[in-house]
Amino acid sequence: MIPELGQGMLLVALALALGGAVLSAAGGRTGRPALVESAQHAALGVFALITSSFALLVYAFLTFDFSVRYVATNTNLGTPFWYRITGVWGALEGSIILWGWMLSLYTLIVILRHRERARELYPWALTVMLGVMAFFLTIMTVAAPPFSRLSPVPADGRGLNPLLEDTGMITHPIALYLGFTGFTVPFAFAVAALATGRLTDTWIALTRRWTITAWYFLSLGLLIGGWWSYHVLGWGGYWAWDPVENAAFMPWLTGTAFLHSVMIQERRRMLKLWNISLVILTFSLTLFGTFLTRSGVIASVHAFTQGSIGIMFLGFLALVVLVALGLLAWRWEELRGQGELDSVVSRESAFLLNNVMLVAAAFTVFFGTVFPLLSEAVRGVKVSVGAPFFNSVNVPLFLALIFLMGVGPLIAWRRASVDNLRRNFVWPVVIGIVGAAVFYLLGVRSALAVLSLTLTVFVAATIGLDFWRATRARLRMGESILAAMTGLLARHNRRYGGFVVHLGILVIAVGVTGSQAWSVQTETTLKVGEIAKLGGYDVRFDRLDAAEESNHAKVIGTFTVANGRRPAVMQPSKKYYPQESSPIAGVDYWIGLKEDLYLVLGDFTRDGRQATVKIQVNRLVTVIWIGGLILTLGTLLSRWPPSPSWRCSPMASASIRARCRRRCSVARRRPSR
Amino acid sequence: MKPKFIGGGLVILAALGYMIYAGVTQSAVYFVTPSELRASPVTGKAYRLGGLVAPGSLRWDARTLDLAFTLTDGQASIPVRHKGTAPDLFGEGRGAVVEGTLTTDGYVKATQILAKHSEEYQAPHDKSEAGYKELIKTLRKAGQ
Repeated sequence: MIPELGQGMLLVALALALGGAVLSAAGGRTGRPALVESAQHAALGVFALITSSFALLVYAFLTFDFSVRYVATNTNLGTPFWYRITGVWGALEGSIILWGWMLSLYTLIVILRHRERARELYPWALTVMLGVMAFFLTIMTVAAPPFSRLSPVPADGRGLNPLLEDTGMITHPIALYLGFTGFTVPFAFAVAALATGRLTDTWIALTRRWTITAWYFLSLGLLIGGWWSYHVLGWGGYWAWDPVENAAFMPWLTGTAFLHSVMIQERRRMLKLWNISLVILTFSLTLFGTFLTRSGVIASVHAFTQGSIGIMFLGFLALVVLVALGLLAWRWEELRGQGELDSVVSRESAFLLNNVMLVAAAFTVFFGTVFPLLSEAVRGVKVSVGAPFFNSVNVPLFLALIFLMGVGPLIAWRRASVDNLRRNFVWPVVIGIVGAAVFYLLGVRSALAVLSLTLTVFVAATIGLDFWRATRARLRMGESILAAMTGLLARHNRRYGGFVVHLGILVIAVGVTGSQAWSVQTETTLKVGEIAKLGGYDVRFDRLDAAEESNHAKVIGTFTVANGRRPAVMQPSKKYYPQESSPIAGVDYWIGLKEDLYLVLGDFTRDGRQATVKIQVNRLVTVIWIGGLILTLGTLLSRWPPSPSWRCSPMASASIRARCRRRCSVARRRPSR
Repeated sequence: MKPKFIGGGLVILAALGYMIYAGVTQSAVYFVTPSELRASPVTGKAYRLGGLVAPGSLRWDARTLDLAFTLTDGQASIPVRHKGTAPDLFGEGRGAVVEGTLTTDGYVKATQILAKHSEEYQAPHDKSEAGYKELIKTLRKAGQ
């Protein structure tokens, strides 16, 4: 009975979402608030129904209701408690329902936050949110119903994909989906702006903040994905240019492009068409990514093959693109920019170049990902381009982007004078050159590594220079150094938050450069008592043991590892799950700031006297995760609402001042009281 | 728009186009069967070679991690050498796809043995040509 209830709730939610979308659009068109209010109630109903339905699915997992096909294929009696819960989103049906739940949550937040403040745009945005919701509910009811029954009922389930038995399974999908679904909100406001013709500052301000939110979760999802891959998959890497990674990376690139180009619109009223296109493109790419990975058209570690889903996603994607293009054509005249680029050497131009690079990177990732399909269509054979393609094209683009990261924030608007350039860039360039010399003397010989590190130093120097100058200006006003620095961060949180994000990216770049350039690995077979040496570590093979876990058997290798000082034991293993035809590696590692030691157990003889082991010394990988933390701090800082006094200052962008004009006047009156 | 910007844009587009073109031609790896490779061997070029691991051809030295075997499609066969552990489902009489380059000594030096876990990777039941064709078809699909 309970599964039917869950499925029924999804059906009712679909009807409510469709009805709500129509009502909200009618409300937006006629201006009758009662209609929009009904749509709000429908949206609340959708949220409640999906939440309950999701809870019922969790309940089915916890009670081992193997009469539900999805439960029977994704858990079994031996699965530990927490992985029974995470198993809910371990495959297609459950991941779509989690997705839908997050979308309904975002819809709820949009209602709570914007029903008063963005009165004109809001009804149309709600229509779009509920429309997208209705599409996902259609998938949940038609193409991938999570509650469909299985007969006869098996005694035990098949079990979760063992690679998903990891704490990353809690954080990675949640962060990633919050990012993916989050891009629906900017898209909704973009469509609302086009539909109403109110292409003024309000939608830009709203969209920017929502894009930062989605961008942040997507960044986090990508980073945790890398961490997971590194810790679980046993190949010692964090990024493989797998189609699914690419699918998540493309909207990240275009979203990043938007976050930069939107500043030009705020400041110079240019690039309106470009910005709105980027928002639409980013949302379309999230749909495309889901299509790519959920349709089985491309082989990937993440792909869940499923019949009709691909067609439905493709159809919806086509609808989205057509509607968006139609609206763009309709508002063409109003989207024409008002400003003109004045000079090649200017901030506008640096930002424009940054956008070109980011979109170019997104395009190459897209091209490489769909290349097998293209080649099959054109020449009849599927030919894939692997990591070498993505690296060869993207590494130069990323290096150029890092360089622009140093130039963009400091170069003058409109037209940079020679004086401006000298003032801002002489020292960073000098420091960069010194850095290059130091790296060379320290023994860095790879030209690529030297270039990458030098650019990083250059950009870090520009950030340091800017922050130091601003602090010095405040010190001259008589503030203490601590007050000056915190004051800067608090008052100009958007600018310095951006800088901190840039620092995070730089730190990640250092980690990626270092791990690519200096990691070493070896694979060797050892008899009991024999020692392998790598990178200053002595790895001695001691013994093999067998063990039984609740849902799998495993063979554990014991190795004593010494690096000059005290020895310690490491135990990589091989796990044998009954539902898997091949064993899963249980990696053991030492994590360090400078380097990680990473052991993977390979083949072994049955008598346990000999084992093959893969030893990796992965350098600076931890630095990547630290960069992720810095990026998190920076995003929080820049997303923090600006202080009221700053919002009213002439330094705030026009859109922010417009939004709080009323509050500004209050703030101005207050001191006189 | 000023001509300077249009010119700059064109230069960037051309550079990007060239990078993509060069990237594709350098890293596209084609699937070949042993017969196809025998027919037009190009040494130093990367291939994905798919076939049956010929029974009796597998040599594995656990100490040095030297793996040697022959891939066949019933008509031609190519020796393959690899350094490292083979994936778990790899074995004689089963289908396999290896990625690697053809050396001047006439064997393929594998950089990777693709671990595709599919039940369809079984040997052809009879030694008929049709059986091999079916296997190659499966491998070709998996080896894209």
